[in-house]
Amino acid sequence: MGRLDRVQIDKVAKRYGTERALAGVSLELHGGTMCALLGHNGAGKTTLLGVVSTLVRPNSGTITYHSAGADLRDEAVRREIGLLAHASLCYAELTAIENLEFVAALYGVAADVTKVLDQVGLEPRARDRAARTYSRGMLQRLALARALLTRPSLLLLDEPFTGLDRGGALALGEHLGAIKTDGTIVVVVTHDLEAIAGRTDHVAILRRGKLVCEERSDSSYTYDQLKDLYHRNAS
Amino acid sequence: MLRHAFRIAWKDLRIEVRSKEIFMTMAFFGALLVVIYSFAFPNDQTAIRGSVPGMLWVSIAFTGTIALGRAFDRERENDTMRALLLAPVPRLSVFLGKAIAMAVLILGVAVVVVPLLALWLNAPLFAYPLELAVSVGLGALGMAVIGSVFAATLLKARSRDVLLPVVLYPILLPLFVAGTKCTAGLVAEHPNLEAAHYWISFLGIYDAAFLVLSLWVFESLVIE
Amino acid sequence: MNKLLVPVLCVVAAIGFLVSIYLVFYNAPLDYTIDPETQRLVGTSLFFNQKIYFFHVPNAIMLFVAVTVAGCASILYLWKRTPVWDDLAAATVDISVAFGAVVLATGSIWAKAAWDVWWQWEPRLTMSLLLWLILVGYVLVRKFAGPSADRVAAGMAIFGMVGVPFIYTMVGQDSHPAAGTKGVVATQGHAMLAAFWTSFATFLIWFIVLVITRVQSTRAERELRELRERALDLGVLE
Repeated sequence: MGRLDRVQIDKVAKRYGTERALAGVSLELHGGTMCALLGHNGAGKTTLLGVVSTLVRPNSGTITYHSAGADLRDEAVRREIGLLAHASLCYAELTAIENLEFVAALYGVAADVTKVLDQVGLEPRARDRAARTYSRGMLQRLALARALLTRPSLLLLDEPFTGLDRGGALALGEHLGAIKTDGTIVVVVTHDLEAIAGRTDHVAILRRGKLVCEERSDSSYTYDQLKDLYHRNAS
Repeated sequence: MLRHAFRIAWKDLRIEVRSKEIFMTMAFFGALLVVIYSFAFPNDQTAIRGSVPGMLWVSIAFTGTIALGRAFDRERENDTMRALLLAPVPRLSVFLGKAIAMAVLILGVAVVVVPLLALWLNAPLFAYPLELAVSVGLGALGMAVIGSVFAATLLKARSRDVLLPVVLYPILLPLFVAGTKCTAGLVAEHPNLEAAHYWISFLGIYDAAFLVLSLWVFESLVIE
Repeated sequence: MNKLLVPVLCVVAAIGFLVSIYLVFYNAPLDYTIDPETQRLVGTSLFFNQKIYFFHVPNAIMLFVAVTVAGCASILYLWKRTPVWDDLAAATVDISVAFGAVVLATGSIWAKAAWDVWWQWEPRLTMSLLLWLILVGYVLVRKFAGPSADRVAAGMAIFGMVGVPFIYTMVGQDSHPAAGTKGVVATQGHAMLAAFWTSFATFLIWFIVLVITRVQSTRAERELRELRERALDLGVLE
């Protein structure tokens, strides 16, 4: 059971029927970095994220998941992946605790449910109520708890800031910054440049399925730098 | 793999037990169908013996398809299907888990509809309860297995509510026909147990063949 | 694909049709029985209407072949994920739906002539109908399912193919045994056999021609699209 330290995406292409979603995209992701995947709607960001998360099978190209010298595949890879999306990925009829216990059982990890719920700040009274009754902010906290519970080494975020207020978005951004320092590979697909500013050190911009810009920095990108990169390359 | 499958099935059943949404609506729908049948078809014993097998299996077909659609819709609501496929469990466990849960659900609805048919139409459905139970059980199982494959594949498709029956019914036809003929053998004036047993073995082989096929192609169909 | 293949096959099919028509109408004996006592035509004689059999049965077999080909092509598509298999499956099904409509229509005509009803749930007709329904379902799914249409349709073709033996057994259990093709054919005279197999071979060739053409057309469309994308990428097109 190894943690991922590098993910190599090599000339990955994907078509959906007549649409070309990705065309020969090559990218390398390193541990301890946050990669911002930017681009207009339909540029292929979600598809690329799908490919990286093993949920989308590319028509051509390969992905290699490196871990301390050996390459991981199939279930071993999925064990290391965490996902935080716009949807909560949790069952509305179950309580927070039940949802997390289910996830822990599937992933074969200890169900430190209380600890992780404390970490994300979900109030104790709500934990025994069905997720159906939660507010948007609470749902997002539950979703984050779900992602953190399995201690992933590759955390994928698909528009996680949508629907959050300023405070919520900044809090989430802080969590991500903390996770990054653990050596986790973090990949964020988002339009909210402000929330990831100051923490992103790897930027990849897609346009019509092609990778048109890729940059790394030793320090993180500021908001203005991100905005500038985006406007110059995304359209 | 089976352990994870049962875990997933248990999760589904727990949700259903809590909300009872699918069970109650489908049981009610089934009851309404029986009422419609009683008006739509003549009420003498011969006619009843002739039409009750069809009524039973048509009810199972309709309620089962709607239940399948609704149950998988739940996995769409919060994108939980994506979460299940992402989990480090064999994807076949996801399939088996859903199929088991659906089989239980469809069987549960059948358990309501069959007595209603027997009661309101005075149909001699319980003449051979063992054979009836086995045939309905096998039918529910087949429907759950094949239905789960296609409901999962159609999860992200357009027009999925309409397309699920379009896809399922041609493929499930042999199952429904076998079930109908089996039940016909059981309720006839002169019960034909030999025919009923033949159709039960038909159902058994059908279920086995499609279970193997489903296990083989599920992952290919569901992963984009 | 060899450029000559399609035109050659077309010519062969055309000749085949002419030959078939000749054989069917001029060569094959009329199917009737004379009642020895009254010296008149027995009521169940099909007489001239039996000629439809030469066009109808090949079509029915074609439906069976179509579902099998589509099923196998779909399996290959899901395995290799190269578009050509998907094209083959889709083309086969599209053409077969048209052929199938012909089968059912001619079947109706025959049934009216033979038994004075427009439809009957006899094994051959029922089997044709059920196979045709699977194919129609495939077409509907392809048309309406959106981006994941290729996968759902492939699934339907494969499951349909596996279901065929069950459908066959199921209809075989039913009603009056209209003897299987082989049986009926075997009892006919030499001339009937010649007409039958010529007709069958012609239809098969014609079917293959249509499928190949269809696949080529789909592939051409795809290549055009890909060229256009490349041009857009390079900035040659706007």
